[in-house]
Amino acid sequence: MAQQIAFLLVFVVANVFAIRSAKRIWDDIHLGQPIDRTDQPAERFKRMLLIAFGQKKMFKRPIPALLHLFVYLGFFIVNIELLEIVLDGLFGTHRMFQDSLGGLYPALINFFEFFAVAVLVSCVIFLIRRNVVKVPRFEKPEMTSWPKLDANLILVFEIALMFFLLSMNATDTLLHNSEGFFFSNMLTPLYAGMSPEALHIAERVFWWSHIIGVFFFANYVFYSKHLHIFLAFPNTYFSNLNPMGKMVNMDAVTNEVKLAMGMQGDSNMVPPERFGAKDITDLTRKQLLDAYACTECGRCTDNCPANMTGKKLSPRKIMMDTRDRMEDLGKAKRENGKDHHDGKFLMGDYISEEEINACTTCNACVEACPVNIDPLSIILDLRRYKIMEESKAPAEWNMMFQNIETSFSPWKFPPSDRGKWMNDMNS
Amino acid sequence: MVKTMAQMASEGKTPEVLFWVGCAGSFDDRYKKVTLAFIEILNKLNIEFAVLGDEEACTGDPARRAGNEFMFQMQAMANIQTLDMYKVENIVTACPHCFNTLKNEYPELGGNYNVVHHSQYLQGLINDGRLKIEGGAFKGKKITFHDSCYLGRANGVYEAPREVINALDAELVEMKRCRTKGLCCGAGGAQMFKEPEKGNKDVNIERIEEALDTGAKVVAAGCPFCMTMLTDGVKNKEKESEVKVYDIAELIRDATKES
Repeated sequence: MAQQIAFLLVFVVANVFAIRSAKRIWDDIHLGQPIDRTDQPAERFKRMLLIAFGQKKMFKRPIPALLHLFVYLGFFIVNIELLEIVLDGLFGTHRMFQDSLGGLYPALINFFEFFAVAVLVSCVIFLIRRNVVKVPRFEKPEMTSWPKLDANLILVFEIALMFFLLSMNATDTLLHNSEGFFFSNMLTPLYAGMSPEALHIAERVFWWSHIIGVFFFANYVFYSKHLHIFLAFPNTYFSNLNPMGKMVNMDAVTNEVKLAMGMQGDSNMVPPERFGAKDITDLTRKQLLDAYACTECGRCTDNCPANMTGKKLSPRKIMMDTRDRMEDLGKAKRENGKDHHDGKFLMGDYISEEEINACTTCNACVEACPVNIDPLSIILDLRRYKIMEESKAPAEWNMMFQNIETSFSPWKFPPSDRGKWMNDMNS
Repeated sequence: MVKTMAQMASEGKTPEVLFWVGCAGSFDDRYKKVTLAFIEILNKLNIEFAVLGDEEACTGDPARRAGNEFMFQMQAMANIQTLDMYKVENIVTACPHCFNTLKNEYPELGGNYNVVHHSQYLQGLINDGRLKIEGGAFKGKKITFHDSCYLGRANGVYEAPREVINALDAELVEMKRCRTKGLCCGAGGAQMFKEPEKGNKDVNIERIEEALDTGAKVVAAGCPFCMTMLTDGVKNKEKESEVKVYDIAELIRDATKES
């Protein structure tokens, strides 16, 4: 009974904290501008199915994709067993479904255990890739101590959870002298010499360690880069369905241009507070969702032509900065009221001109992202702010603008020479 | 022979297609040759086309990518006025940046046209049997194709230029990074008009190394900026006597020349 009450307490506390964290993420994302991405639901659903559920874009790199698939399937499949564990915890029962499922039960547990082992092995390989092999994309400058530690902690957690789960089954098998399960039986020699009392305690310790670990992990993800396990789904659903080359039109500018050119425009339309993006509050909620959905895998940066030639730009850093800024501003507003501003801005305090000016807008980062994050759209919105609000551009760009303005070409040629090539041809 | 829309209009004629030449096609000495090559093909097939001549202006692409939305929209509105004045319906262009902007970004500003890149146009002519390649100057020769970002990833056009090259009976060899993974030449996003930011290598050098690794003596492109960047890359590697960068229209023109 005492265990049941303790479990109920832990269960409630874990859920309350998780809901509070989810609310924080929700509020942070709503610091951004509204955007409607609800058209074409069938196409959106298809993308979510293929890219998030099916992990289509992961398979451009088959080996990490396969390992990741094990961890991903393991997360879903092993967590089915969680249902029984939680119900056992609440009702003080022992393997609640064992009798009613009959022969199916050991088959199911064997199936879960297979994935538990697969997760464990995959996570060990991931740890080796990060810390021994040192895969280059995990070693970029933005991968400072916290992002590295965060990634390692998640892997160690998962390994520990799987070990607890398998050990729980192993000690339970010894305790009840039952047939056991295929994979956890490999662990029974570890606990074979223990007395029944010690075994009982060990089984309880593993049971509790596993479930508390699960609850802890469920809460930790809200403070880590690991939110992609949930956000990959909405993020792919709300994907940009336009051709990648199409930039979002600024309707407020269209209105002003129309009025300036003597065309019919809306003279009552209020111009926006700011053209382009200086801070995360100028970005759309999808761009902010992108930042929370980023798990810092670095495929974007790995494929960025600017980054691979030693420029300061890293699309992953753009996403990490956007998330950091969103968290900082969200925290400041929660502490000091929603009208508070901490005097900092995404452009300048987090992301530098040198970074955004290095982008070739080639869309390699967008193409590479396994969950359809769009770092390019943020870079372009920051550029729009720099040019339209601060009139700050590299000198050569100002020349280019001037040429377009005076001779309708980015190069300085007299517009009357535009057709000159025809003379050579027609003569 | 090439006519402007104004000349066509004065003759009371509407051309089959408008050839949007673009700033590079009009002013850049190297790309003017691509303009002429494409026109040679059009003329040979008796396709009624016209250009805008002095009435054409920058689509605004580099201004928009640099962040100058006002300038882009001013350019776009002015161009749409010109295009609509001549009731233009079909546009072909040899510049992926113009292609992307005209096709994807002008509709929201009121300019709706059927826009194709010249690789798609040439592919159409080959498929229709209008364009026959009999010369075979490139038969069996290794050609590698560089995907321009604004044709490939930006608009998903990967096969059209490749089919054009295959029509030459050439051996198309792919670079390590091609199609969706194609590596940028380094000039997009208005980089063409400024020095690169501080780094340890130029993007076009990285790209030309991949192109040279294929062993192809012809690097095919479909974009004026890529053309400049790749040609500079070849020069940087002092390979200009053995390795040539050509536009796909030039390859078609040269292959059919003797016939």
